[in-house]
Amino acid sequence: MQAPDKEEFTLSVYSENHVGLLNQITTVFTRRHINIESLTTSESAISGIHKFTIVVYATANHIEKLAKQIEKRIDVLKVFVFRADEIIHQEVALYKVSTGSLLGGNEIEKLVRQYGARILEITPEFTVIEKTGHKSETQELFEKLDPYGVSQFVRSGRIAITKNKKELLETYLKKLEKDQTQLN
Amino acid sequence: MEPQSQLLMKEKTTETTRMSGSEAVMQSLLKEDTSIIFGYPGGAIMPIYDALYNYHDQIHHVLTRHEQGAVHAAQGYARVTGKVGVCFATSGPGATNTITGLADAMMDSTPLVVITGQVVSSLLGTDAFQETDVVGVTQPVTKWNYQVRKAEDIPAALARAFFIARSGRPGPVVVDITKDAQIKELDYSYEPVTGIRSYKPESPIDFHQIDEAAHLINLAQKPLILVGQGVVLGNAENELMEFIEKTGMPAAWTVLGLSAMPTEHPLNVGMLGMHGNYGPNIKTNEADLIIAIGMRFDDRVTGDLSKYATNAKVIHMEIDPAEINKNVHADVPVLGNVKKTLPVLTEKVSQNEHKEWLAEFKACDRIEYDRIIEKEVNPIDKGMTMGEVISRVSSAFNDDAVMVTDVGQHQMMGARYFRFKQTRSVVTSGGLGTMGFGLPAAMGAKLGTPDRPVCVFVGDGGFQMTIQELGTIFQTKIPVKIVLLNNNFLGMVRQWQELFFDKRYASTELINPDFQTIAKGYHVPSVKITEHDDLDGAIKQMVDSEGPFLMEVVVEKEGNVFPMVPAGASVSDIRLE
Repeated sequence: MQAPDKEEFTLSVYSENHVGLLNQITTVFTRRHINIESLTTSESAISGIHKFTIVVYATANHIEKLAKQIEKRIDVLKVFVFRADEIIHQEVALYKVSTGSLLGGNEIEKLVRQYGARILEITPEFTVIEKTGHKSETQELFEKLDPYGVSQFVRSGRIAITKNKKELLETYLKKLEKDQTQLN
Repeated sequence: MEPQSQLLMKEKTTETTRMSGSEAVMQSLLKEDTSIIFGYPGGAIMPIYDALYNYHDQIHHVLTRHEQGAVHAAQGYARVTGKVGVCFATSGPGATNTITGLADAMMDSTPLVVITGQVVSSLLGTDAFQETDVVGVTQPVTKWNYQVRKAEDIPAALARAFFIARSGRPGPVVVDITKDAQIKELDYSYEPVTGIRSYKPESPIDFHQIDEAAHLINLAQKPLILVGQGVVLGNAENELMEFIEKTGMPAAWTVLGLSAMPTEHPLNVGMLGMHGNYGPNIKTNEADLIIAIGMRFDDRVTGDLSKYATNAKVIHMEIDPAEINKNVHADVPVLGNVKKTLPVLTEKVSQNEHKEWLAEFKACDRIEYDRIIEKEVNPIDKGMTMGEVISRVSSAFNDDAVMVTDVGQHQMMGARYFRFKQTRSVVTSGGLGTMGFGLPAAMGAKLGTPDRPVCVFVGDGGFQMTIQELGTIFQTKIPVKIVLLNNNFLGMVRQWQELFFDKRYASTELINPDFQTIAKGYHVPSVKITEHDDLDGAIKQMVDSEGPFLMEVVVEKEGNVFPMVPAGASVSDIRLE
């Protein structure tokens, strides 16, 4: 039997904002030996509820189990799993180049225009360029800039928004209330 | 306000009383119906023990000889009573000694609240004396854990702890309380927790799923029910019985589902899995429908998953959504508490009987009896077998004792040959397979069911892992009956070495102490026997004894447990020898 292919999945995990939640979530991945490609976390649109956006490569079967294990943690509200075509996602990258190399020719300026990047700050010593996009795009710009000397390059984790019309979590919270009344 | 306090903050609706954090612990425990605590004191939990001193007429504290023993005892108590087992331990080593018990309770869904003392909050993170990151180290082995650093958070933290431990799929909870929170005062009031926004203990009944399940059941020619501990945890034994009797389907059980049905029930076809009965294993791949009720398809039950239940559709009735499709694909998942889902399903299925299919199980029973059971229970050789001893002890207690076991060959023999009339009569370490579990768990089981005889089977290996609890048994005068099945080997490992490692007995032979002398040192009456002829007399002596008793039986040195589904093999490849 051929092993099923791994795909890229984006998980949106909503939890209460408690100390130690990140550890609780990441140990689920560790236990199944799945490497986290990217992780961002911040407060969600609903006050008091935290959101983790996690990107992993795994099989669909694995992901279903993983999501359930995360959801099983008491303080986790809900886990949504998305394939790449179900979300719009973005990352931000920052590049530091010497101002001298920027002024030395028009190649860097050309790249900035071509890649839709922008210049955040210029000092006599260095210039900071910012680009948002998918990882492959920010990586490509890095490779293009590298010959001119990139002294620092950082990239954020992914943030993602669903193509669904509704806010999934709110729908979920409403269903939760309904279930609760049914059980009691 | 920091988020931690926000979580626990409640509107104060009732009157409050000024008291210390430690006294608030006691008051909260009483509110949660706690009448017994297993524990061990130490520096960081001393204020709580000091408060306990004033409550000795309401809460019985059992001082064990090791914190692991305290947790196992609490497990034994919880398993026979259905109540939450409660433990105290101090910080650092006290807390880390609870880990094995917590992991065991997590695997076997046992409700526990373990309260650990912690260093004063100003010292947290400074590597203070006896400081351990208890929340960090217990996180993977608890259903929930929490550190309390303010006295005023104690009642709400404990209310939440008890609710989480006992609701849904039960499990162990740790509440770590800093010493200053134990000492400082608060305005105490207690409100039990009845719901948590982010936690869904059970799903509401999905009638569509039940209709589908009923449809499959009504069509099935060769259905097989698998009974797990979920039936016991949900107090759904009667609901199970009605379901089984209406449908006439054969029902097999997992080790933790044991005693949910009486042994002698005509539809009880025996034990599943590695050392289970021949019929339920070999028939798994002939069945056209599997109805799993409150069980989780452990690898010791299924063997090779790719060759498991190959001809069957699967209905999985389960409270924990994470168990659905985890190991075995469920064609029809029925989420929810089986106490609630089973009656609805029973109503929708047709009255039926499966005479021919049941006769096939009977035929398997005869094969197993001839090839294995007869010589195990009635050996003609001079040496005694474990099965013989267990079967006769069961009879001596009128097949109605609580059986506790340690882990190993004797555990499987106990599951195979002890007989049961009522539920909650088995306490054993299933998922984690914790040697050393038996003796302390038996203490808790006996304290939980003082009116029933509690008999614990231990091997000579596991006995020595927690043998110090004989001290607790003596001090607390807990009348447990201990049957030591001594073969001077780590028998189960030796069996594997014999079968799969060319009889290379690496580090499995034990040179043992004189257990009779040890029992004498702990003032536990005892007897040692080596011959068949002395067995009944020794059993009678044990049954008639008032207090604790140790019966040591020297059994066959190289006995094996059969049948056996070798690890990783298919249930169809079950070996009879």
